[in-house]
Amino acid sequence: MTETLTGAQITVRLLERQGIRTVAGIPGGAILPIYDALGQSTTIHHVLARHEQGAGFMAQGMARATGQPAVCLASSGPGATNLLTAIAVAKLDSIPLVAITGQVPKAMIGTDAFQEVDTYGLSIPITKHNFLVSSAEELLEVIPRAFRIAASGRPGPVLIDIPKDVQAQAIEISEWPDPGRAEPAPAANSALIEQAAAMINAAERPILYLGGGVIHSGASVAAIELAEKASLPTVMTLMALGAMPVDHPLALGMLGMHAARYTNLALDECDLLIAIGARFDDRATGKVAAFCPQAKIIHIDIDPAELDKIKTAHIGIMADISEALGQLLPAVFQNSRKNWVDRSNALKAEFPFDLHSTDNPRSHFGLIQSVAACLDDDAIIATDVGQHQMWVAQAYPLRRPRQWLTSGGLGTMGFGVPAAIGAALAERGRTVVCFTGDGSIMMNIQELVTAAEENANIKIVLMDNATLGLVHQQQTLFYGERLFASQFRSSPDFIKIAQGFGIAAVDLDASANPCATLMEAISRPGPCLIHASIDAEQKVYPMVPPGAANRDMIGA
Amino acid sequence: MNAISKNEQNALARAVLEIDVNNHAGVMSHVVGLFSRRSYNVEGILCLPVGDGRQSRIWLLVNEDQRLTQMMKQVEKLEDVITIRRHNADHAVFQDLETFFRP
Ligand SMILES: Cc1ncc(C[n+]2csc(CCOP(=O)(O)OP(=O)(O)O)c2C)c(N)n1
Ligand SMILES: [Mg+2]
Repeated sequence: MTETLTGAQITVRLLERQGIRTVAGIPGGAILPIYDALGQSTTIHHVLARHEQGAGFMAQGMARATGQPAVCLASSGPGATNLLTAIAVAKLDSIPLVAITGQVPKAMIGTDAFQEVDTYGLSIPITKHNFLVSSAEELLEVIPRAFRIAASGRPGPVLIDIPKDVQAQAIEISEWPDPGRAEPAPAANSALIEQAAAMINAAERPILYLGGGVIHSGASVAAIELAEKASLPTVMTLMALGAMPVDHPLALGMLGMHAARYTNLALDECDLLIAIGARFDDRATGKVAAFCPQAKIIHIDIDPAELDKIKTAHIGIMADISEALGQLLPAVFQNSRKNWVDRSNALKAEFPFDLHSTDNPRSHFGLIQSVAACLDDDAIIATDVGQHQMWVAQAYPLRRPRQWLTSGGLGTMGFGVPAAIGAALAERGRTVVCFTGDGSIMMNIQELVTAAEENANIKIVLMDNATLGLVHQQQTLFYGERLFASQFRSSPDFIKIAQGFGIAAVDLDASANPCATLMEAISRPGPCLIHASIDAEQKVYPMVPPGAANRDMIGA
Repeated sequence: MNAISKNEQNALARAVLEIDVNNHAGVMSHVVGLFSRRSYNVEGILCLPVGDGRQSRIWLLVNEDQRLTQMMKQVEKLEDVITIRRHNADHAVFQDLETFFRP
């Protein structure tokens, strides 16, 4: 049966066929045909963000929580430019995102038409791929392909720019393309896997180094099996937190700039580093030349460009992590590696991570622990960017892949609240906590009303130090205590702001029993802001100073 | 002189890259953008369609420095790049063009 449909209707139908059930966006002139068609859809729920950056973060909150590509929409010109930061965040963290933007009609492209901007050109360096669609027909190929690209190999954002006349163009359709799905990963080279296994079997002090690719590949269970079989002490990057439960006996926690001392010291001693789905980011390695100085390196990653990019690997394997671990596991010997495990435990005992005053819910670590005590592992933990983010990374007992949503690669303030909303909408059964700062929350505060409108089950824990804390810390430590532009001289009344946006709010400062107040706020369904003042003098410690080797940590 | 131009000055040799791509507007931007963002100068560019015109071939003349292998991997990742091959600087493609480039 043939149907006559417009480009806009085709777009919406293709999204439905992809299985997309929630999208976030903001309409505007150049995308109105798509919005008109979207309004007729009975299966897709549209979340009206209040800023396109918010829409972009909501979509990737969905994608990060589920692992499936998610969609955001924006109009041409300012709508598209407002999306760019969110797209760049998805690129740096390898998140499958499909961004659809309206564009001025084809005949007007290049004339500096109203709300015309070169969205295609602007998005080239921050997308995995991008399209400027020139006919309704082309949408049938481009949209499934965009989803395939976003989800295949190393995931990433794809932008589809659709001129208004293409959205309006009607064509006859008799056949629909299959939805775009991730391509099966190429098999790992078995000879290299054999060599890697032999190297692991021969190593005396190996460490397993897990990156975000382990989460993307759904390989957490396999990674833990490998660690257990070969007794591999295991470190995780910021993006990999949750891949191995922090309280697993082999877990050494997060490595790098804000690692526990024992983590970086163990890395210093290892004779083999098994990097899987990790990319040797500078925040993880510190001074590269001094990173794991005694170690041979096995590096497994789906992106061949990551192999040998920062550190030359002795064995580099281009492969999907799950597939590679599936081959590697049977080839690796069971080994209790008692000396090395004992040594790693001794380092833990000798250089422990100091969660000082954890029992005081008015301290930064105490607050994080008190929040954790109200929740189980089903909860999703999102963060903004700053000291609070690092404290949560250090102290929250993350135990499950996709439990942890944070802007790692780009470190973008304003990520937390909208990402949490997206996660809450994609995973309706879960409680989503967003730890944020008084600086970060202001960058997408408008989305509080979206949370109210959607009745998203998010609990925003605002750790208020009345400063841009991480900047304050850097200025204190490395700029001779010359504090400049890092302290707010005026702070809003966050409780009134939240209430004004239509969401519940509680102030732990005013509570006689903050733990009880927390429990009550977290158990009540729907959005809630929880305000807590934090000492501005607290630092994220320990810390590797900029440019230093990871072994040379300062503080606590 | 910044570190990168120093790198390029120290380049021992030049290399010629041969890149087969899908022929549509934007492909050239994708390719050269990877170089410009790393402030890696492209010394020469040639591009023409091949066969029925659905594909083009881009020839790049670049200074060889230690980043070239990484550059080639990045180029290879582009959706519209089909293959990339590396040749020595004495490759014929740029040799006979000098007459068009007299000051
Ligand atoms: C969009 C953006 N602008 C600037 C920065 C630089 N920056 C990093 S952390 C930070 C301060 C964050 O303040 P707040 O959200 O209050 O968190 P705190 O460090 O106080 O916990 C700033 C300005 C950034 N990461 N992102
Ligand atoms: Mg702050």
